[in-house]
Amino acid sequence: MFRVTQKAIDLGELVRFVTDPEAGAIVTFIGTTRNNNEGRRVIGLDYEAYPEMAEKELARLGEEAKKRWTIQRMAIVHRIGPVPIAEPSVIIAVSAAHRHDAFEAGRFAIEEIKKSVPIWKKEIFEGGEVWIGTQSGQPLNIDREVRQR
Amino acid sequence: MKVRVKFFAILRERVGTGEVTKEIGEGSTVRELWEAVKSDYPRLGQVEMRLLYAVNRDYVNGDYVLKDQDEVVFIPPVSGG
Repeated sequence: MFRVTQKAIDLGELVRFVTDPEAGAIVTFIGTTRNNNEGRRVIGLDYEAYPEMAEKELARLGEEAKKRWTIQRMAIVHRIGPVPIAEPSVIIAVSAAHRHDAFEAGRFAIEEIKKSVPIWKKEIFEGGEVWIGTQSGQPLNIDREVRQR
Repeated sequence: MKVRVKFFAILRERVGTGEVTKEIGEGSTVRELWEAVKSDYPRLGQVEMRLLYAVNRDYVNGDYVLKDQDEVVFIPPVSGG
């Protein structure tokens, strides 16, 4: 299951999807919208995707995770449109026979999403708004964002 | 020949629309298309960032040679998660 959605993400649906009798572990990662960033008070986030390619890239990184680790199933759902503060913007679930592979594959998935999946986040803060990663003269902002999380 | 160009996020806002059709010469590369689109929409020239290119939903290099009816997207730095 690799998709983008306008609706709130249902963690239970992802967990059920990756549940597998051969798995001894399910790891989930929930990315949530934080109310502050670089000293700014954030009111909300608005996500935009190139949806057909985003879903294709999510599936591609799922395939890549399967090559690198022994995992059973993976599900990634990313929400787009306005996401209120403290709600999930992305959920990853991965099942594996053993926990090490599940943790590693889940970690890989979120890091890759931040690098290569065509989804963009606009931060609406008190006094303005900004597309994260595209500030003029700060081309490395995305990398900084990854480190902060 | 014609290609479809889609804009997202900051580029969509700068252009003011999400999609245009662009007439280009045979053998044009995706990088040449970007230069042509920038002269159509001067506000794009103010965008200083690393862009990636996608054609028909796959990442490609700037020297990718376009074909009629290709779907081209200029991808500003992504920030999902």
